[in-house]
Amino acid sequence: MSALTLTLKTRPAQRVDMSPLVCQKLQGLTPAEIGSIELQTGNRTVRADELFKIKGDDVNNIVIAGSFNKLDYIGKELDGGSITVEGDAGAYTAQQMKSGTLVIQGNAGLYAGCEMKDGLLQIEGNAGDFLGAALPGNKQGMKGGTILIKGSVGERAGDHMRRGLILIEGNAGDYCGSRMVAGTIAVMGKTGRYLGYAMRRGTLLLWNQPQLSATFNDCGSHTLAFLPILFSSFKNLDSRFADSNIGFNRVQRYGGDMAETGKGEVLVKL
Amino acid sequence: MIINGVSIDETFAEAFPMKATRAIITAQNEKWAMISAQAMTGFATSVIACGCEAGIERVLEPSETPDGRPGVAILIFAMGGKGLAKQLETRAGQCVLTSPTSALFAGIDEGKQIPLGKNLRYFGDGFQISKKINGKRYWRVPVMDGEFLTEATTGQVEAVGGGNFLVLAESQPQALAACEAAIEEMRKIPNVIMPFPGGVVRSGSKVGSKYPALGASTNDAFCPTLKGVTKTDLSPEIESVMEIVIDGLTKEDIDKAMRVGIQAVCDLGAAEGIKRISAGNYGGKLGPFHFHLQEIMA
Repeated sequence: MSALTLTLKTRPAQRVDMSPLVCQKLQGLTPAEIGSIELQTGNRTVRADELFKIKGDDVNNIVIAGSFNKLDYIGKELDGGSITVEGDAGAYTAQQMKSGTLVIQGNAGLYAGCEMKDGLLQIEGNAGDFLGAALPGNKQGMKGGTILIKGSVGERAGDHMRRGLILIEGNAGDYCGSRMVAGTIAVMGKTGRYLGYAMRRGTLLLWNQPQLSATFNDCGSHTLAFLPILFSSFKNLDSRFADSNIGFNRVQRYGGDMAETGKGEVLVKL
Repeated sequence: MIINGVSIDETFAEAFPMKATRAIITAQNEKWAMISAQAMTGFATSVIACGCEAGIERVLEPSETPDGRPGVAILIFAMGGKGLAKQLETRAGQCVLTSPTSALFAGIDEGKQIPLGKNLRYFGDGFQISKKINGKRYWRVPVMDGEFLTEATTGQVEAVGGGNFLVLAESQPQALAACEAAIEEMRKIPNVIMPFPGGVVRSGSKVGSKYPALGASTNDAFCPTLKGVTKTDLSPEIESVMEIVIDGLTKEDIDKAMRVGIQAVCDLGAAEGIKRISAGNYGGKLGPFHFHLQEIMA
């Protein structure tokens, strides 16, 4: 069986809702049936085969070729299997993803991995604002799984995050980890202003000293036993995080946000 | 059957089903991991009065432990799941949480999950932090020397307790020397512990007693000072009998441990005063697992 490959024929002017094209919804469908699936784009619907050239038959291994930043909701509620996006992805990539693997070879837009439950979302390029966040009005963002970003991320990464892991090889914008409930965000690059704004619990693990708000208090330098275990859990990732030399267990610990419960922490490599 | 002048009785040891788990204790160095492990497995020779049977399985290299520090694996056995969980939690709380630089991890992943540090976290008084890494939940409990890191649960498995053999010798020093040699070899076998002091028990028991309140009492048939006054199982030249009790995760593990242990005793042989190997046989009343000495040594 070869991967089910959806190659974009032409770039539509309007945004496209790609949520019907996930592995679990295509089980048992023939290529013709997959081609007849209707996708919402702008104020009309189009057949999948109008937008994509469809090849291959392995619905557990989907490739979206020629993708660009108007293909939204790729991998929404994905529950097993893998999706590879050759190119950029639009907004809401991997929204509420349950399991499986989603790899974006380009950049991802707003709300990537928002309210994700489990699985791996890997973005080779950059991600937009509200990575792993809660949808507007909702109280809980990402609840599990791993998001790996090889580039940088926009603002509000991990907003309202409840559980799980966000690994950022590049930089993070302002308000990284804002209103976090729990979970871990690791940033190898630089972080912006208002780091951990109103975070309740959770860990922000940083390689570089951040600009901290007055509501984060210095708890001193420490050797923490859980860090080697955390770093060793990265070893199977296709990432700089997997490098055994990248880990550390000696950190400066800042507690906060004291304007909230103060049970969160910012750990900075020493 | 005679091995190197040592007679192997045609009898079997009786053992019974138990519940067990393994925990891994790590620390800044092996010395402190061992101190914590010894405390946790202390006063755990017999379920008769200790609530559990526990012992040190082996020392772990840093490369074998979850946090890359020196560690010690311990096994803990109890008659039931509830008892095991209670003993594990109490001991972890008093002996590992309290021990400087220690961390505590599950040594068995499969089976029913029972609390390891799951409830110890409340010692953190709200400052404890949970981390779920690779599907396992860990608790970071702030303590005065830094942080106590513990895995939330460990796996409880079916196990076997009470495998044993008796070493019958011409003198007390010879019996002890033979048991020491056996224990040294048996400690190399994984998945087993010998829970008595130093692995050796000198007060083997029989089922029942003349005192109704007691369920077990001294095994008079093997007491050398009673040779002339009770229905003895000892020949005149036997002056001392010692027993090695083995708990293991499976019957096969106990088989293996008994084989190397008896072999080590027999290697000393009759020349070193070892005359017989026997076993605690209670006529099939004690437990469903039977370890036939001659079959094990065949």
